[in-house]
Amino acid sequence: MDILIYGTINSVVLALYALGFALVYGTSRLPNFAHGALYVLSGFIAWSALNTLGLNYFISIVLALVITAIIGAVIYRVFLIRVRGMEISEIIASYAVALAILEGLRWGGFKGMTYTLPPFIEGSTTIAGISVDYQRLLAVGIGAALVAFLWVFTHYTRIGLALQGMAQDERAALMLGIDSDFMAVVAMGLGSALAALAAIVLLPLGNIVVESGYNVLILAIAVCIVGGIGSWAGAVLAAFIIGFAQILTVVYLGSHFQMVVALLAIILTLILKPSGLFGQQKELEERV
Amino acid sequence: MKEEPLLEVREVTKNFGGIIALNRLDFTVDEGEILGIIGPNGSGKTTVANCITGFIKPSSGRILFRGRDITGMRPHRIADMGVTRTFQIMRPYYSLPAYKNMVIPLFSPRARRTGGWRGGGRLGDRNTVGIDILEEIGFERDSYVPYKVTATLPTGYLKRLELARCLALKPELIICDEVFSGLSMSEIASMVPLIERLQMDGITLIMIEHRLRELFKVANRVMVLNFGEKLVEGPPAEVMADKRVREAYFGSESAEEVMKHA
Amino acid sequence: MSATARPARKERIDRGIKVRTEGIYALMSWRELAYLTVPRLVLIVGLLSLPLVMPGMYWKRVISIVCIYALLALSFDFLAHFVGLVSLGGAFFVGTGSYLTAILNTKLGLSPLVSIPGATLIGGALCTLMLLPCLPLRGVYFAIVTLMYPLFLARVIEALDILGGTDGIMGIDSFPSAWLEQYFVIIMLLLFLFAVRRLVNTDLGLVLRAVKDNDQAVRASGMDVTRYRALAVFVASAIGCLAGACLVHIYMWAGISTFALDFSVLPIAATVIGGSGTLVGPLLGCLILVPVSELLRDFGTLRIVFYALILLAFIVFRSEGLMVYGQRKYHQIERWTKI
Repeated sequence: MDILIYGTINSVVLALYALGFALVYGTSRLPNFAHGALYVLSGFIAWSALNTLGLNYFISIVLALVITAIIGAVIYRVFLIRVRGMEISEIIASYAVALAILEGLRWGGFKGMTYTLPPFIEGSTTIAGISVDYQRLLAVGIGAALVAFLWVFTHYTRIGLALQGMAQDERAALMLGIDSDFMAVVAMGLGSALAALAAIVLLPLGNIVVESGYNVLILAIAVCIVGGIGSWAGAVLAAFIIGFAQILTVVYLGSHFQMVVALLAIILTLILKPSGLFGQQKELEERV
Repeated sequence: MKEEPLLEVREVTKNFGGIIALNRLDFTVDEGEILGIIGPNGSGKTTVANCITGFIKPSSGRILFRGRDITGMRPHRIADMGVTRTFQIMRPYYSLPAYKNMVIPLFSPRARRTGGWRGGGRLGDRNTVGIDILEEIGFERDSYVPYKVTATLPTGYLKRLELARCLALKPELIICDEVFSGLSMSEIASMVPLIERLQMDGITLIMIEHRLRELFKVANRVMVLNFGEKLVEGPPAEVMADKRVREAYFGSESAEEVMKHA
Repeated sequence: MSATARPARKERIDRGIKVRTEGIYALMSWRELAYLTVPRLVLIVGLLSLPLVMPGMYWKRVISIVCIYALLALSFDFLAHFVGLVSLGGAFFVGTGSYLTAILNTKLGLSPLVSIPGATLIGGALCTLMLLPCLPLRGVYFAIVTLMYPLFLARVIEALDILGGTDGIMGIDSFPSAWLEQYFVIIMLLLFLFAVRRLVNTDLGLVLRAVKDNDQAVRASGMDVTRYRALAVFVASAIGCLAGACLVHIYMWAGISTFALDFSVLPIAATVIGGSGTLVGPLLGCLILVPVSELLRDFGTLRIVFYALILLAFIVFRSEGLMVYGQRKYHQIERWTKI
């Protein structure tokens, strides 16, 4: 029973990690290797606002969200847009950004385990005999709400539809008057905001550590690969599969192997069905 | 006594999500003939080529080459058996000189086995064999043309280069995906004898084309596709006279108009 | 050009001497011969004499480190520019090579001169095997997987406490003599530099480049793209494992730090700065970056920020690289011509 509960929580956590990455890759085909870095960055912004500037918690959170989104969009506009389309350069450039941010933070003194964000609600409750923090429940709730919100956003709002159009066929979108460069910047901003949101909700559960930048990136990529590019449903399903697999290995094998599960999931997917669970085959065929 | 056909496409269907690109397509190609495949845009012509050469897996149906089931085989295995194709969107290796483009197909196992087109059986120096093939194809040997960087060649030469790439494998079947498109009238005029020569050498050709007049000069048989289905099949003259074909191309109302003016 | 002059454009023409010596193998004068051979001689002589010039053990060791990074950068450049696969995890190769040679040396008692080649070949095979699943697919997947492997392997070794755990494997033999230690890496580097250069210009090299440009056409020509990619990855990973093996015998210790980020990032930065595609450019980049990183050692991980920023700047703004620029100057004349 506890596997069920922890599994669900873990799965939603993974989904939260993955949403921002999936959005950017689906829309502008940019594998944003800086995703994890933005996650950690927003955590530190919130922490700094809270502790160094002494601002109200709520304001700190909002600040972190907004600043991270802007930073993401600016990075894209200034650097990444210039290498748009050149896959190799995109990968190297976004990876360089990630390194600069993460290692810069590490050098700037954010080492060790002492940085934390307070949870929104203290205390815990018991479900089916297992004690669960309110914060975790909140995370699950927000995660589910976010997925629903994103679905509505991409299907019913103008910007969302434009992003979807770009994801499906960029040339067609251009012909319909959608400025794909600007939309890509918007997508990046939104993706960064999603990373920040995930950070805000999840970091109170633990510490803010620079290493998590790499971990979050890898987990986000794992979820997107297993779920298939361009499919929200696939990403959610993949999050659950990997999430439960991780919990099962923790229970039966020990907690060191969590990340190995992610790697194995990726390798297995690449061997068996490279386009992922619900991935659109179009990826592989469009070049012929 | 009718020989076994070289290629058989049996009830092949291909779905892309909700779109049915090919719908129970069924036809055969005999050895040594030139089959033309025509049809309006979106009728599935390139999808047929992709399915036969293995770049796309059919959703159902079977494809047989010399009696062997090649459905869903990987593209390089199918090419190794002698089924080659040109690409509609040409992508030669732009930064290399033209004759160096030939080195790559000549490196393949099939070329090494067969010695390339006109090769006796053993492959000599790939550069020389490459230039030989290009000469056969129409690149003037003593000029600078084969040595030019591919990016600077005009379309006519590039199309020939695509064909040369296929010839390096000593193919039994070449699927030509719109070789006549993008060429000037004089370039087409010089392509037609080349196609005829290929047929005389015993190579079977499937030609997917939009330029009907030129196609009808060379094709033995023509097949018309519409919405992924075979509409009509037969000698060129018969096919063009068929009312359904005109309807497919021009739409039923204007077909009447075209008939009046034709 | 004054503002009132007629508009002009810059024109680049290959120097006469380049045209005469390229593709035509009849060299007619000492000058032409020199044109071709002098750069290569400078490289060889320069590298070989560097240890003699450097003062003190510290800088001699830096040379060795430069060569090790240069080997890694060579393998990165080869894979990225000629095969189209970006390896974000050079540390994967270094770590594998280093642990393999440590095992061969300590557990099997083989001398370094045997264990290093052994680690190179076995390591190459092992790495290729582990990268096999992503080879039929687009380059992005290769980048992702190579990024992850070093992180995972380090984690697994630490968690399972195998292969020495966090302490690493100690008591590894060093090279039989100091000169060998110094020159082995340099000679290996020169050897592989010229070997890869040669490889890239053979027919096989052409096929690899074709795989990068247009893999569908290569498939349509009857060749299995995965096999050729695997071959290239084997060569590149073997070179990386060699670098790791040499590293271990110089320091006489193998540990998790061989999976460190440095080994992944610095080769990429060196290649981009030095000029990707030239195979010598990465060496130039290392010659610049490694001493700089040594000087910055006190600043901790700021080094990596530094590499990352330079890398970013070069990739985005001026991706030509020093060597490419240099080659252009050497081979071509630029001049202004009136339109």
